[in-house]
Amino acid sequence: MSSIHVTAAVNGDPVEFLCQPEETLLDVLRDRLGLTGTKEGCGTGDCGSCSVTLDGRLVCACLVMGAEAEGRQIGTIEGMADGETLHPLQQKFLDHAALQCGICTPGFLIAAKALLEKNDNPTEEEVRYWLAGNLCRCTGYDKIIRAVMDTAEDMRKSNA
Amino acid sequence: MRFEAPETVEAAVALLAGEAGTAFPLSGGTDLLVQMRSGRIAPDLVVDTKRIASMRTIVFDGGWRIGAAVSGAEINEHAALVADWPGLAEAANLVGSTQVAGRATLAGNLCNSSPAADTVPIMAAARATARIHGPDGTREVPVEDIPVGVGKNSLAKGEMVESILLPERPRRSSDCYLRFIPRTEMDIAVVGVGVSLTLDAEGRVEFARLALGAVAPTVVIVDTQAILGTELDEAALDALAAAASDACNPIDDKRGTVAFRTEVAGTLARRAARIAYDRAKEKA
Repeated sequence: MSSIHVTAAVNGDPVEFLCQPEETLLDVLRDRLGLTGTKEGCGTGDCGSCSVTLDGRLVCACLVMGAEAEGRQIGTIEGMADGETLHPLQQKFLDHAALQCGICTPGFLIAAKALLEKNDNPTEEEVRYWLAGNLCRCTGYDKIIRAVMDTAEDMRKSNA
Repeated sequence: MRFEAPETVEAAVALLAGEAGTAFPLSGGTDLLVQMRSGRIAPDLVVDTKRIASMRTIVFDGGWRIGAAVSGAEINEHAALVADWPGLAEAANLVGSTQVAGRATLAGNLCNSSPAADTVPIMAAARATARIHGPDGTREVPVEDIPVGVGKNSLAKGEMVESILLPERPRRSSDCYLRFIPRTEMDIAVVGVGVSLTLDAEGRVEFARLALGAVAPTVVIVDTQAILGTELDEAALDALAAAASDACNPIDDKRGTVAFRTEVAGTLARRAARIAYDRAKEKA
């Protein structure tokens, strides 16, 4: 079976890879590009741990084919911090102890970032609905929701 | 398996029709990739439709024509479409998580032919049609004729849905979709009810169409004669609820019993009709 040659951009950097037609974007990110920050939980779009952005749209990388990425912009957790400086959401997750094992954390951060870029003043209900497709099996959700709400509040103050 | 991403509908259909083995169009992929992973299907060819410009657009041409590769999230970001068809938008928004709604499409939900598909009852209530493109040209088919059984659709080899049309209707019209699930979010409908209403100048129901999901192998259209000419008084709503319950042919499963589904279908029919009525009245 011949490989497919794909050119895309990940976190703003041009990338080229060869993949098999069956491979998902998640397979490509982890196994072809070595970007293992994006996690595989269920592989069927139920848990959100592989959340990435595709041309700015929040999606599960396990439900995107690698070959679909041709010419697209992909955003992953590796692009979230600015060098050594954490993104405000990452810092708030630490401050609120909003993680334990950490497998779901990259997905939650990418999903929460997509929400705050769309709406910097979400209600708690809006945050909970937006993140309903991200599952956490250890921390529970309260600390995560609080971290997101707190980040949004800081963002609004600094933008005011 | 081969992967192709053509730029025209004709090229996509030629690829699908020309494949000797099994071939599937890929729009959102939220069912297709899951079924590939589970081994339920093993396509020889997948044709990505998202590079076909006409399948990515929402156009008003005497009705809303929604490209088959348009996601539920894109539908919900289209203010004029949401204002016209709020029930359709809410159904599209209920399909999966934020991530899934960012990919999943009306056409995919229809062709996947799950009895519990959230957007199918509301499309059927809307009298939506699907434009099917195949090797011999195009045809426009009522959406309720596409699913023919659990996981089975009526499309012939080489055919695919190109777009969904929501027909134009008078201004005093609206719609609503309600479903019952055992939790607040992210679950599969135990019962789904879509209703579309048009009122006359006096606020009486002039046209009504109601469809049920998850109470039979395929979507069920309910007789709405009882509410025509009424202002949805209690007697009319009772009659509508009874008609909805009578139309059910459900199964017992872990999500709900026959008795529960039958009763809930009536309750949701009543509530959805009331909401659609109030919405239509606001527009009048």
